[in-house]
Amino acid sequence: MISINVTKTLNTADGVLNAKFTIEIRNGEFLTLFGPSGAGKTTLMRMISGLETPDSGVIEVDGEVWFDKSKKINLPPQKRSIGFVFQDYAIFPTMSVRENLLFAAETAEQKQGVDELIAMVELENLANRLPSTLSGGQKQRVALARALVRRPKILLLDEPLSALDPSMRQKLQDELALIHSRLGVTTLLVSHDIAETVKLSDRLASVVSGRIEKLCSPMEFFSPQTLSGKLQLIGEVLKIEEDAPVFIVTLLVGSSIVRTVASADEASELKIGAHAIISTKAFNPILIPLNTHKI
Amino acid sequence: MENEFLTTMTLTFELAAVTTVILLLIGIPLAAFLAFSKTRFKSVAETIVSMPLVLPPSVLGFYLLLAFSPASFIGEFLTSHGIRLAFSFEGLVIGSVLFSLPFMVHPIQSALSQVPRSIFEASYTLGKSKIETMIRVILPTIRHGLISGIVLAFAHTVGEFGVILMIGGNIPDETRVASIAIYDEVESLNYAMAHQYALTLFVVTFAILLIVYTLNKKSLEGLR
Repeated sequence: MISINVTKTLNTADGVLNAKFTIEIRNGEFLTLFGPSGAGKTTLMRMISGLETPDSGVIEVDGEVWFDKSKKINLPPQKRSIGFVFQDYAIFPTMSVRENLLFAAETAEQKQGVDELIAMVELENLANRLPSTLSGGQKQRVALARALVRRPKILLLDEPLSALDPSMRQKLQDELALIHSRLGVTTLLVSHDIAETVKLSDRLASVVSGRIEKLCSPMEFFSPQTLSGKLQLIGEVLKIEEDAPVFIVTLLVGSSIVRTVASADEASELKIGAHAIISTKAFNPILIPLNTHKI
Repeated sequence: MENEFLTTMTLTFELAAVTTVILLLIGIPLAAFLAFSKTRFKSVAETIVSMPLVLPPSVLGFYLLLAFSPASFIGEFLTSHGIRLAFSFEGLVIGSVLFSLPFMVHPIQSALSQVPRSIFEASYTLGKSKIETMIRVILPTIRHGLISGIVLAFAHTVGEFGVILMIGGNIPDETRVASIAIYDEVESLNYAMAHQYALTLFVVTFAILLIVYTLNKKSLEGLR
């Protein structure tokens, strides 16, 4: 059990944000931090890892105190059992794939585990290559394997897949799911991608303006029960055009483009690049026998 | 005469080598401080390090000479401990270190500031201390910056004239380096000897720079 209760004042693009995070993470779960940029997701991860210091509060992992402002306890990142995967991979450029992993290993057991991890991320053939000769997806696999060498209690993934193309993303999502189910390591993921979140996570923490607004399963979050459409699609808004008196909204749903009409009110709430739910039932024919209706 | 030529050349390169080693040892921590520190004091430090780039060497030499003289506070302290820096090899080393400081610090500082912060942080999250990270991850990563710093500092010390003339004078086998010798030989119209010094310096520095830049290019290609 990881219990976090911290505050920190953040200087964001939109001004000062007083973040306050309170969350309990279950051992072995895959939790995604989901929300707009600048909400403090990455800061929360960095505070857990010790790369950033909260202004106040407590971080406790399996009964071990990692941070406690009132008791002046603040373990440095080196002393915390974590694996951190960065968005820009952060592979050491002068070391080969295997050397990157061996660098992390401290015990003989961990050194022996290196080859197994290389095999797990399918990099056996590239083990002696320098990072400069690898593709983005391969580099991120090295980073992932390297973060697992020390058998951390928590694996922290800070938008690890956002710089990759869609097919590589999907492949790595599958690998992440596989690794999580095989190693059972408690995993925290920062993501903007709905498909990724639904596919990978047990629970979702919605982070908005420095607060965790909702903690629930991803399905519960993305298709709230207040909507009872027959058909629900989640898509990314690509374009909003005015075609008086209505608006035409173009969305990307999966890999297909969907165009739909929206009222001025609806359109004003949509933002290009943001996600929206299209819910429809009006086009379904509804058949009701006439004689049941008393005219 | 031939013997004097050899002593002078040896002294020249000895001075450059000693200066470069000392500069490397103080240059790396100093460059790291300038690249990462956020204190207000940083711009002052940056200014002091860069001063030798714009200051006439004679100014630096003049003040060092004053500082080394037994009449000054520092000089008095040194003399009372039996150390004489003016007109000595040790004095030349101190002058050269100060004079070539920016040539070592700037390439390392710029290479360090180009290393993404996540590289440092990745190493910390893998349990490695700041010093271990510096030695095993960062220094190999910025080796082109280190090589540039070493070459520039070495070459600049070989070519130094003004500071040495002020604080070292022209004592054979103690402070008489090649650049001083050239000036001296030309003054006494001994052009053949001056030419010997000049051509040697020309050829040797060209060769060093060529070798290092060729190697550096290869090692850079490995990184890309």
